Order: sequence, then C-alpha cells, then structure tokens
Amino acid sequence: MTPVSYYLVLGAALFAIGVAGVVIRRNLIVIFMSIEVMLNAVNLTLVALGRALGSTDGQVMVFFVMTVGAAEAAVGLALILAAFRSRHTIKADELNLMRW
Amino acid sequence: MVNGVVVEFPALKLMLLLPALGVVFNLFLGRRAGRAIVNVVSVAAVVGAFLLALWALGELLALPAGSALKATLWSWIYVGPLQIDLGLRFDALAAVMTLVVSGVGSIIHLYSCGYMGEDPDYARFFAYMNLFTLSMLVLVLGNNLLFMFIGWEGVGLCSYLLIAFWYDNAQFAYNGRKAFVVNRIGDAGFLLGIFALAAAFASRGLWTLDFAAMREHISLVSSAVATMAGLLFFLGATGKSAQIPLYVWLPDAMVGPTPVSALIHAATMVTAGVYMVARLGFLYQLTPATMEVVAAVGAITAFFAATVALAQSDIKRVLAYSTISQIGYMFLGAGAGAFGAAIFHIVTHAFFKALLFLGAGSVMHALGGEQDMSRMGGLRRKLPVTHATMLVATLAITAVPGFSGFFSKDEILEAAYVSGHYWLWGLGVITAGLTGLYMFRLFFLTFYGRSRVEAARLPRLHESPAVMTIPLVILALLSLGGGWIGLPAGMLWGDRIGEFLRPVVGQVKSVPGLEALALSAVASAAALSGLVLAFVFYVAAPGLPERAAAWSGALYRALREKYYVDELYDFLVTRPLFFLSDVAFDRVIDSYAIEGLVDGAAAAARGGAAAIRRVETGNVQHYALTYLCGALAVLAYCLYYSMRHG
Repeated sequence: MTPVSYYLVLGAALFAIGVAGVVIRRNLIVIFMSIEVMLNAVNLTLVALGRALGSTDGQVMVFFVMTVGAAEAAVGLALILAAFRSRHTIKADELNLMRW
Repeated sequence: MVNGVVVEFPALKLMLLLPALGVVFNLFLGRRAGRAIVNVVSVAAVVGAFLLALWALGELLALPAGSALKATLWSWIYVGPLQIDLGLRFDALAAVMTLVVSGVGSIIHLYSCGYMGEDPDYARFFAYMNLFTLSMLVLVLGNNLLFMFIGWEGVGLCSYLLIAFWYDNAQFAYNGRKAFVVNRIGDAGFLLGIFALAAAFASRGLWTLDFAAMREHISLVSSAVATMAGLLFFLGATGKSAQIPLYVWLPDAMVGPTPVSALIHAATMVTAGVYMVARLGFLYQLTPATMEVVAAVGAITAFFAATVALAQSDIKRVLAYSTISQIGYMFLGAGAGAFGAAIFHIVTHAFFKALLFLGAGSVMHALGGEQDMSRMGGLRRKLPVTHATMLVATLAITAVPGFSGFFSKDEILEAAYVSGHYWLWGLGVITAGLTGLYMFRLFFLTFYGRSRVEAARLPRLHESPAVMTIPLVILALLSLGGGWIGLPAGMLWGDRIGEFLRPVVGQVKSVPGLEALALSAVASAAALSGLVLAFVFYVAAPGLPERAAAWSGALYRALREKYYVDELYDFLVTRPLFFLSDVAFDRVIDSYAIEGLVDGAAAAARGGAAAIRRVETGNVQHYALTYLCGALAVLAYCLYYSMRHG
C-alpha cells in the first residue's frame, strides 16, 4: 500500500502551488482557480489521513468542504462578473479603489 | 487653666444658616423681590445671627468659667487616623468676636440700606455682605484650623468681590485683584503653618487640627516647629490684617462701597489676623522670639501707618491707614502676651472705626461722593448728627480718657511696658500722639474751617436719612461707653471682658496701680498733645500746615507718597514678575517648549500616519501576502513551541 506520507507531500505541494498562484497571478479567474487548488489539496490530505487512521471523519469533512467550495464558486464568479461589468477589467492590481 | 465644661448647643448651626439663607435668597430671588424685601431679608439674617449670639452668650455665662458651647455640622475628612469635622465652638473668645461681627454687622447692614439706596445692583451687594457675615462667623466659630481656613478664604473672597463691586471701573477692579493677590501670599503662609503644625502633631501620633486638642497637647511640638509655624501663621495674619510687609492692599481697598470699608476693612475681617494669633496663643507662648516678632511688627506698623496718615488728603485713605495703625496696636498687645487686651481693642476699634467709616460715608453721601478733604470743610452745621457722632469716634480713637479706645489702648501699652521692650512702648506712645494729630486733622478739615465744597454741590448738601444716622448714633453710644466693659482691674466693676476671656487667652502680668496710672497719664498726654497740635494747625492757624509741609520738604513728600512703598513693590516684585512671565515664560517656555511639545505631538502623529498609511494599497494580493506571512509566522511559532516542549 502507498504510504500516507506520499499523499501528504502531494497535498502540501498542491497547496503551495495554490498559494503561489493566489499571490503571484493577476487574473482574478486564475486566482480563483488557485483557491480551488488549495481547497482540493486540503481535501486530499483529509481523505488520506482519514483512510490511514481508519476513520470516516476525513471523508465527512471533505463533503462539507466540497459543498462550501461549490457555494463559494458561485458567489466568487458572480463577484468577478460584477467587477468586470463596472470596471472592465479583472486584473487584481487594477481593482485598487480602496487604497490610501 | 480653669476647667470648664463643653455643652452641645445646636442653635449655633442656625447662626450660620441665617446668613446662608440670606445669600441664597439675594442671589437668586433678590432682583425679582425688589429693594424693600432684599433690605429686610439681609438685615434680618444678620440681626437674627446677633440675637442667636446673645442667646448663646447667655447660655455660656450660666456655665462655669472656661466653658464652651459646641455643635457639629458634618463629618468632613476621615482619612485613616485623621478625623476633621465641620465643628463649631463657642467659647469666650469666639463669643466676643461673634457678637462684634454680627452686632456691628447688623448696624452696618442697616446703614447700607440707606447708603446703597441708589445703587441698581443692591441684590448682589447684599448677597456678598451676607456671604461675608457667613464666612466671618465660620472663621470665628470653627473649632479646627481647616474649618477656620474656609472662613478665612471666604472673607478674602468677599473682600475681593466687594472692593471690586463697581467692577466697570478698571482701577477698582485692579485694586480688588491687588487685595486678592496680596492676601494670597499671606494665605500661603497660613496653609503652610497648618501643614507644619499637623505634621508636628502627627509625628507624635496625634492626628488633629482641633484647637482644644492642640492646646492640650501643645507640649508635643518642638520649639523649632513652633517658631516656624508661628511665623507662618503670622505671615497669614499680616496679609489679612494689613501689617508690614503685606499692608499695601488695604488703602487701595477703599474704592469699595463705604459700608464695605466699615464692615470688612475696618471692623471685622482685618482683625481676623489678631483673632487667629489670639486663638493660637498657646502656640505663640511657646516661643518668646515669635512673640517679639509679632509685637515689633505691630508697633512698627502702627507708627509707620500713622505717619502716612498725616499727609493723606483722601478721607477714606486716612481712615485706612489709621486702621492699619490700630491693628498694629493689637499685634503689639498680642505680641506682648496680652491677647485679651488685643481682643478688647478689636471690640472698641470695631465700634469707633465702623463709626468713622460710616460717618465718612455720610459725608460723602452728602457731597455726592466727594472723598477729598481739601474740598470739604465747615460741614458741621450742615451735618449735625454726622458731626457729633464723628466727634465721639475721633475722641475714642485718639484714646481720650473715658472713651472706649482709651481703655483698650491703655491695656495694650501697659502690656508692652510690662513685657520689658520699652522701645515698643515708646513707639506706641508716640503713635498715640500721631493718632490724635491725624484723626483731628481729618475731623477739623472735614467739619471746621472755611467751606471748600464745590459751589455746584452746596445747594444739595443735606444730612443723611434716618436709616443712616440711627446706626451712627448707636455706634457713637458704643464708642462712648463700649470701653467700660474693660476698666482697669480693681476699679468699679473691674476688667469684665478680660476676666471673661482669661480662661481662653491666659493671664498677663500687670504693674502696680500707681505705675499703671503714670503710664496712662503719659499715653493720654501724648494723645491730647496730638489733638491740640491738630487744633493749632487746622483751626487756629490754617496757614501753618502748608508752611510746615514746605519746610519739611522731602519728608512731607515721602509721607504723601506713602514712603513710595507701592513703587518699591512695583519695582521689586511686580515688574520682575511681569518680566519673568512675559519674557521667560511667555516668549521662551510657552512659545518654544510648550508649543513645541504640543505642535510636535501633532506633527509626529501626522508624519507617522503619512508613512503608515501606505500599507493600505488597495491591492487584494498584498493583503493576501501579508496574511500568508502572518500564517507562516504562527505556524513557525507552533512548530518551535512543540519542539521545545514536545
């Protein structure tokens, strides 16, 4: 059987990629996708640990995360759409009205 | 000390309540109530206090000698072992003072109804007058130093308010401030004296400021502390009682309404210093050096002020200097150990000096406010009652035998002689002669000789109304007979007031009868020669004063200009102080240090904010990065912690 540490390393790597995407990329859609990558990295970790420990808690939590993630996707995409309609851009560094 | 009893007497509280109600009424309802009701209320408040004082005196006389009545208003300060109540104590000393304050106060309040009859601000005037009566009663009835200090400050405040009563005159307002500031210096001394005494007792385990308790345990105080505290208290007394070096405010205080001059700046408030020294007599008697200072300052002030009074032309100013001089006598007596004689002189002085001021007020009233004696003269036919009563008062202050001033001044001079400081006695006798001279100068210049009244004022010249002349007559009777309560011991009924006061203020040595008689004769001869000299100068040979003035040249100018003391203080104190505050404090410390600090704080806030606000970029990714850094830091800390503590 594949050791659990493989899954954990993969999850951490995916999470790090997601973080990098959120911090570095300018396109809001891409940032949004990166957040999804982070969510799924966590999901992978939860499932892997749940299986390794012989518990169903991890799977239950993953269901919740997926549900919240779906709702968040709907709201987030709607926000991006609204931002594009008013500002005609979805670049994060150009949406900076709330500055000093 | 004779052992008396202390009896609870709640009516003492009422004595304070009546004037207090008068203040409240006059202040808030006075204008609406109208002149007549204000007059009735404010006079009734003081007369009521006087009647209560008489009742209390009756109760006190029924008790054995050395007794006291007491009442407690409230518990005031309870800090650890220190307990101070707002308590009242009516012993012989307080009784005499209370009767003078409320008695002479009643007469002057009555007179004020006439004198202030034209003034539109009568309600404010009477509110202040009642407040003064209240404060003065607190001062004399308070059973501890702090409560007395409240009264002490209260009378100072009223003095200021009433000197500057006509505050739309800038000079009057300035004189009020001057009185207030000069008194403040003395008050600081009083306060420091309280601290010194309280600390001295507390260090020996006695936490009290109560007069009776302090008196009983005065042996706990070392003579060094007693000297210091005594001198500090005396500094307070020189401020309030207008003695050298703090007397300068009193002559300027004469710009207040004349009843104020009579009540506050002659009869009662200015004698508070003497009362305080007598009240603390047990402290002063510990240190002969302090007593000598008191006596010397008193005698020198008496002489000094009498010489100045010789050359003043403003009638009220002459009276002001004569007040300073007479209070000097009181301190001379107190310093010689004759506290009873000093208090006796307070009483007789209250009678004749109040009368002199009210008489001067009556003259001014008749002349439409004229105060300059060089524009008076020949008024005796126009103002017969004023003339007659003023004559009695002038004879009394000159200490002509039989008049009230004679008995009290005689006791003081005898005590000064017995104390062994013959130069003080000599100065007192010379001052007695000067007193006769300047007082009869005032009297003759006002009522005799050729009329120098301005022609425009002559037709309106009139004697004052009855509400003013009746108080004059009452005071004249008191000035005439008031001294007979203190005859020399062994004569007729003897020294009644002295015996009454003795349990509180102590005994003095006296000289054998024949020697005492000789002393009296010398003092009276001096006084009478002053009188005769005044007659020669101002009635018999009216040209003589000018020739004498021209002949004495610089001396006369110095007297007329009050020895240039005001100018000296101006040069030594006022100007350096203004210079210091203007240049050092305003232009340097205020402009640079204070404003630098305040502006600096504002600039620092603005500069800091300008730098820090740049973190708010509005770019959501910057915030995300910050958040990441924070999360990593927390993570790092958790890892570090778990590794350390496993």
